[in-house]
Amino acid sequence: MEHTHLNLTVKVWRQKNNQSKGQFESYPVKNISTEMSFLEMIDVLNEELIVDGKEPIAFDHDCREGICGMCSMYINGKPHGPWQANTTCQLHMRAFKDGDTVVVEPWRAAAFPVIKDLMVDRSAFDRIVQAGGYVSVNTGNAVDGNSLPINKDKADASFAAAMCIGCGACVAACKNSSAMLFLSAKVSHLALLPQGEPERHSRVLNMVAQMDKEGFGACTNTGACEATCPKEISISNIARLNQEYLTASLVADK
Amino acid sequence: MLDAKIPSGPLDNKWTDYKGHCKLVNPANKRKLEVIVVGTGLAGASAAASLGELGYKVKAFCFQDSPRRAHSIAAQGGINAAKNYQNDGDSVFRLFYDTIKGGDYRAREANVHRLAEVSGNIIDQCVAQGVPFAREYGGLLSNRSFGGTQVQRTFYAAGQTGQQLLIGAYQALERQVALGNVTMYTRHEMLEVVKIDGKARGIIARDLVKGNLERHFGHAVLLCTGGYGNVFYLSTNAMGSNVTAAWKAHKQGATFANPCFTQIHPTCIPVSGDHQSKLTLMSESLRNDGRIWVPAKLNETRKAVDIPEEERDYFLERRYPAFGNLVPRDVASRAAKERCDAGHGVGTSKQAVYLDYADAIVRYGKIEAGKAGRVDVPMEEIITMGKQVVKEKYGNLFDMYNKITGENPYEVPMRIYPAVHYTMGGLWVDYELQTTVPGLYALGEANFSDHGANRLGASALMQGLADGYFVIPYTLGNSLADEIYSKAVETSHPAFEAAEKAVSDRINLLMNIKGKQTVESFHKRLGKIIWDKCGMARTKEGLEEAIRDVQALKKEFWSDVRIPGSINEMNPELDKANRVADFIELGELMCVDALNRNESCGGHFREEFQTPEGEALRDDANYMYVAAWEYKAEHEWNLHKEPLVYDVVKPSQRSYK
Repeated sequence: MEHTHLNLTVKVWRQKNNQSKGQFESYPVKNISTEMSFLEMIDVLNEELIVDGKEPIAFDHDCREGICGMCSMYINGKPHGPWQANTTCQLHMRAFKDGDTVVVEPWRAAAFPVIKDLMVDRSAFDRIVQAGGYVSVNTGNAVDGNSLPINKDKADASFAAAMCIGCGACVAACKNSSAMLFLSAKVSHLALLPQGEPERHSRVLNMVAQMDKEGFGACTNTGACEATCPKEISISNIARLNQEYLTASLVADK
Repeated sequence: MLDAKIPSGPLDNKWTDYKGHCKLVNPANKRKLEVIVVGTGLAGASAAASLGELGYKVKAFCFQDSPRRAHSIAAQGGINAAKNYQNDGDSVFRLFYDTIKGGDYRAREANVHRLAEVSGNIIDQCVAQGVPFAREYGGLLSNRSFGGTQVQRTFYAAGQTGQQLLIGAYQALERQVALGNVTMYTRHEMLEVVKIDGKARGIIARDLVKGNLERHFGHAVLLCTGGYGNVFYLSTNAMGSNVTAAWKAHKQGATFANPCFTQIHPTCIPVSGDHQSKLTLMSESLRNDGRIWVPAKLNETRKAVDIPEEERDYFLERRYPAFGNLVPRDVASRAAKERCDAGHGVGTSKQAVYLDYADAIVRYGKIEAGKAGRVDVPMEEIITMGKQVVKEKYGNLFDMYNKITGENPYEVPMRIYPAVHYTMGGLWVDYELQTTVPGLYALGEANFSDHGANRLGASALMQGLADGYFVIPYTLGNSLADEIYSKAVETSHPAFEAAEKAVSDRINLLMNIKGKQTVESFHKRLGKIIWDKCGMARTKEGLEEAIRDVQALKKEFWSDVRIPGSINEMNPELDKANRVADFIELGELMCVDALNRNESCGGHFREEFQTPEGEALRDDANYMYVAAWEYKAEHEWNLHKEPLVYDVVKPSQRSYK
């Protein structure tokens, strides 16, 4: 592939731990190939910082192929940066121009406290799942997988919701720090399948209650979550969540 | 020393017999027994959830911020199961046979047969959990083919099968967390196994956020910590994937089996430059429809689309007409390397071959036109329709390729090259998945047992879940039944004290080196040595050189590594240094193992041992054994051999022609 090299300024949020006050620091980075991923650019910067006797920038990352959901940088005012349907690890330096200043911040949400620099604590998502994001079946002799045919469109819609990687970009993008897109994806995934049916009502009520307890904000339908979601989880899932919640509130045996 | 504890009796009765006779623990006693599970990928999450459901007190650990991040999530193509839903002749025996043959006759028959037996239950269990597998219009589950087989037995969820299976296991795990049966420790890394009276009784873990060490007791310890592919630095593994837990176990007496059996996956996106931090796999499922080729002419400069059909060499179809583009991974990788070494490679590096979808697009387009009952459809429209079908099947993979390379694979062929993907070797385990340290178990990729010298596609997910959902719940009970009188040991016990001190001393030692070179730079150098000398092709001289190089690198690492920051805080460089230190030691053992094995088999290709056609030449008379290495001292190992006995399958030279 044809590529060029860039010189950039990276302005990064530095914060020692969750007790300390953070601040922006600017660093020049030179000779960055446009073929690099954004995280590889940060790797290069970190190597330089270490050699200079400084502390490298702490950030979450693991699979670097857009599926584990661990990377979480707020780049130039957008979660995961400028590309559509993309994670930070899959953002490549082709997206930037020579001389650009790139501003990098952690996810900002009360429910996601900063651990260090760009790392945040997203354990609130695990606790929301613990509140009911599953089908209560123990391991054992489940019936044959083909004993219950499932309408293909429903299975596909369920899969489209289940693709959520739990990165939290929806929360970071939302002015209210709402976790409704994340929650609605899980509720939809299971509500669209017959296996999710028996716990349908208790699931949605309990998960919403846990979400509120974690300190996420309310949804005001701005659509920022959908626009920023790396897996393009549809906002129509939030409509389904609302419907599920309303139905459950009316009929559930609490 | 090695007793595989394979049950007697005919192969297809062994597991049933075992289950019928193994010892059980009653529910009241299970509540008193504590189990530690390290790692929460498919094997770990499924084991922790299943054991929690049974009533054991489980503590699960992962280094990521959530169990859902484990690298099983990145598996793309699918999971095999002998369901024979397609009526194409599949059976438990076929899946067993294909796996043994695919592993080039270096796997244990009894384990593989059990794997094939439980494969169907895995699909049923996952469906019951709400895993949204791909379905046909009639509502039934869909299948596709994978390398090394002639039936369609692979279940999938687009190109995200691993993600969906892991989320299923993760949700089952979180349900047990909510019920109080499992305590989850995220951002924790296991740094030592604690042994009391010869038995594994706990671990020392480091809280990666605060940096302090913790002691945890368990009546048994399960390592579900994945493979060691990151020893190569560049691999398709996640950045955090590491060998540390398995290596600590090894140094505490667990033998490490067949470390040189590593899998190089043929279809990965080629390296683009020195900055590269990891490689990305393009699922093997792409070989269902894509055709692999190189220009027939040397020094070809034309663009792929400008090279006429007769000047293309579809080398897999040419060399292996029966399996074509669907030969097993080791065979496909070596064939691609052979063409590139011969000067037919493509792209700027010339270290790549084409994976072409042009034919598939036309074929699918014609089928769509046919479905609509249309004749004389212009080619342009056929192509548009064909692209739509390809998009539905492989869309996410094509998008990923586009993001990484900036090229549109719907228009130009993808460039691919082999990359390290999986490690068949791992901790030696017996039939019960117990290592040579009593009470210490290894599940999933972390053990060596099921894939021999080469793993077939869509078998890793199957093995991880088989071990966690359907094997360990039985085999663990068989030994824990004898532990019902063993009270939990206080972590103030001298063994915990000593283990914690050892870990603490080592961390202090690392931090006090205060050298000049970064951890990353050592890791890169290690990776280059291992890839060059112990990668796709190996020689005696190369391996001997590599051993010397790795030993020298180890010295340099321990005298000149620079780790910034301090111990009692979040310090990713320190975490990495701990892991790289272990990778260096493992790298040496891999070369020792590869040097010992004077034959070629599966992923282990010694250039001295090949057929005139360039195929792997096994030496069954001398090497039909599992090489299990016992750690003695620095640079010193004892070799224990577990002979492989084939009662049912007759080993032959693998042929995919």
